[in-house]
Amino acid sequence: MSGALTFTPAGIYCPAGDFYIDPWKPVSRALITHGHADHARWGMESYLATDIAAPVMRHRLGDVSIDTIGYGERLQIGGATVSFHPAGHVPGSAQIRVEVEGEVWVASGDYKMVDDGLSTPFEPVKCHHFITESTFGLPVFRWQDQAVIAAQINDWWAGCAAAGKTAFLGCYALGKAQRLMSMLNPDIGPILTHTAIENTNAVMRTQGIALPDTVQAGPDLNPKDHRGAIVLAPPSALGSAWARKFGAQENAFASGWMALRGIRRRRAGDRGFVISDHADWSDLLSAITGTGAENIYVTHGYTEIFTRYLNDQGWNAQVLQTEFGGEDAEDEAA
Amino acid sequence: MKRFAALFNAIDQSTKTTVKVAALAEYFQEAPEEDRIWTIAIFSGRRPKRAVNTTRLREWGAEVAGIPLWLFEEAYPIVGDLAETIALVLPPPDTETDHGLTHWINALRDLSQVEEPGRKAFVLDAWASLDPTQRFLFNKLLTGGFRIGVSQKLMTRALASATDKDEAEMAHRLMGDWDPATTTWARLILEDDPAANASRPYPFYLAYALEDEPENLGEPKDWQAEWKWDGIRGQLILRDGKHFVWSRGEELMTDRFPELSRARDFIPDGTVLDGELLAWGDGAPQNFNALQKRIGRKTVPKKLLSEAPVILYAYDLLEWGGADLRQTPLQDRRATLETLCASLPDDAPVRLSPTVPFDSWDTLAQTRTAARDAQAEGLMLKRSDSPYLTGRKKGDWWKWKLDPLTIDAVMIYAQSGHGRRANLFTDFTFAVWNGNDLVPFTKAYSGLTDEEFRKITAWVKKNTQQRFGPVRQVTPHHVFEIAFEGIQASSRHKSGVALRFPRMSRWRHDKPVQEANSLDDLNEMLAIYG
Repeated sequence: MSGALTFTPAGIYCPAGDFYIDPWKPVSRALITHGHADHARWGMESYLATDIAAPVMRHRLGDVSIDTIGYGERLQIGGATVSFHPAGHVPGSAQIRVEVEGEVWVASGDYKMVDDGLSTPFEPVKCHHFITESTFGLPVFRWQDQAVIAAQINDWWAGCAAAGKTAFLGCYALGKAQRLMSMLNPDIGPILTHTAIENTNAVMRTQGIALPDTVQAGPDLNPKDHRGAIVLAPPSALGSAWARKFGAQENAFASGWMALRGIRRRRAGDRGFVISDHADWSDLLSAITGTGAENIYVTHGYTEIFTRYLNDQGWNAQVLQTEFGGEDAEDEAA
Repeated sequence: MKRFAALFNAIDQSTKTTVKVAALAEYFQEAPEEDRIWTIAIFSGRRPKRAVNTTRLREWGAEVAGIPLWLFEEAYPIVGDLAETIALVLPPPDTETDHGLTHWINALRDLSQVEEPGRKAFVLDAWASLDPTQRFLFNKLLTGGFRIGVSQKLMTRALASATDKDEAEMAHRLMGDWDPATTTWARLILEDDPAANASRPYPFYLAYALEDEPENLGEPKDWQAEWKWDGIRGQLILRDGKHFVWSRGEELMTDRFPELSRARDFIPDGTVLDGELLAWGDGAPQNFNALQKRIGRKTVPKKLLSEAPVILYAYDLLEWGGADLRQTPLQDRRATLETLCASLPDDAPVRLSPTVPFDSWDTLAQTRTAARDAQAEGLMLKRSDSPYLTGRKKGDWWKWKLDPLTIDAVMIYAQSGHGRRANLFTDFTFAVWNGNDLVPFTKAYSGLTDEEFRKITAWVKKNTQQRFGPVRQVTPHHVFEIAFEGIQASSRHKSGVALRFPRMSRWRHDKPVQEANSLDDLNEMLAIYG
């Protein structure tokens, strides 16, 4: 495979600009689509990310050198012209457009097309070669409107509060948690957060992202002072000694995987809400169609099935082996 | 179907028994009576006949979803449930109907009389007018098999609570071959007429496995010991000049074991016996393999009848002279049973399962080690003054099985599970060494924790060598201890053996793959225990 981008053991590489996109081995220059751990790894000599994504990356990666760039801004790196475009996955997430001698590639990282009210909404970018995820690349995945899910969650929370129970909602700390918060109806009760989530909230608030009021459920918090609360926590914290302190409770889990009853019953405790920061089946297809690209590279998720379908439909598609998360339904990020 | 879907959601969304029982009890008070009956039928395994074959359903589902069939077939094992896969791929409904559960069941029953184009039109119409949950339930009715986390016990409890009746009585009412299409709520649940159904069996009393030492049960003299037979638990009912044979799974097996009809010649009406259906030969019980030939056969050829004649090895008497004896102490039931069996001729199809005498727990433990020689899988311990209870209850009856046989084997193939275990690799094929080759000899699905299944799933994904459809060949690396209850020679298996109840008893992280057992070891076990 030759061209503006190539695929190496360290990650997706641009020879003309001598940089990598979301590499999984230490390299000198890394362009990062977003701050999730499987895309923004530690150990690069320099990072380039959007101005919105950078604060959380600094929070997560520590003292690293991050240059920032605004959406749509063009940057010349060696022989390559680079720009970042909204991917709608989490605040600051980007599709990275790379143009070399008229050939345009877009590496989309993770993306979703629905406007979650928090992330800059996804924008289609015309290209010749499109690198896509396929976390939910099966026709069984079809998301409902965010308002429908919000009503489900609020109803559940109100029911818990009325029954004198604390509502625990398991979700990923970066992106999903903040999206869920902004969907909650604060009239029902206080919104409490696990420390891992509140730390991310603090970073986002500092950079000017509007989030509802939350209370950190740290070690000194007395649950009795927060009757009828909902607690947002990483899934691993559900059922822990920390969580048991709250007494009577119900546990729910918010993830695209909750669309499958088997996984829902295995993972969800009391309730599973189907909400994802990844595109569903039809949005994957419309995103790909929207790029106008003929060549599609499928990085993670149901790669083989999705690639076969794309080829069936006339695209020139191939599977790309990467170290991005995704296929695993036990993964908590989706 | 909205009311039924709401019930399903309430049950499906909770892991708490109290919540499920409350939702069911409410349904049994509020829903139309005919829907209640069908709900009981569905949750007790009396499903309506399958109206459309699943091949057609897959094709129609893919067609309506606008996806190629191969894509549907790829998605199905990942979802792990056909009814759910179809419900998920279909586009949202464009109209709405509000027919009740009974309406849909009747419509599906009538569907079997309709030619295929009509059937297809009906199914597609239904899909287009039901919301996703109702659609899933409709598909479940279409495909049969309704396992949604409601046990019969749980439903019985809800019914008892909804009608303010005794749970054991309710369990008894639900036994037997009542027909949801013809019975009524009043007849099945409310009316006081225990003789209404001559064929109705009593709920079986089931034992828990003994986990402690038997010393903790108290004085040996208060207990009765019997061999635990490896057959089919069954009830023989003689009432109104007829006889009925029920399995523990509430399957009516009268016609499968015609030799039992001769019991009518010797045993009076108004008798119900509990015992083990066994193949009998040379004056002794035969191993399960002999009975296996008879299972699944609705009619029995003469040759097989003489090769593997079946008897009821009786160990309890539940009804005598038309009276329910279940509250009578075991020792008294046993005395009557012994008198009854002593009067039977030698070739009667009912025999008395003997007690195993013992005066101390130590001597009984000694006797137990010889269970395999007696074609038994261990001992049953029953408190002599115990009544005959309903369902699985702790305290009065215990099964004290032999430790299983075990062998260390190498995992070579993996396949993902269904339902709750979809997306996890849970179904494995195991092999033993034959020289430098690995010979597959058994599959096993159970015995690991969810956490272990998650770990092995992640490993399988990274160590797949080859795919054969849903099956993955993996690098031979992990050794598991396989526990099983019996071993038989088998010409159908490459290894030459077939195991009974194989399961994974331990993940042998400590054992390198070279140290797994060999085919010779397996053959030695076959020689000793086969």
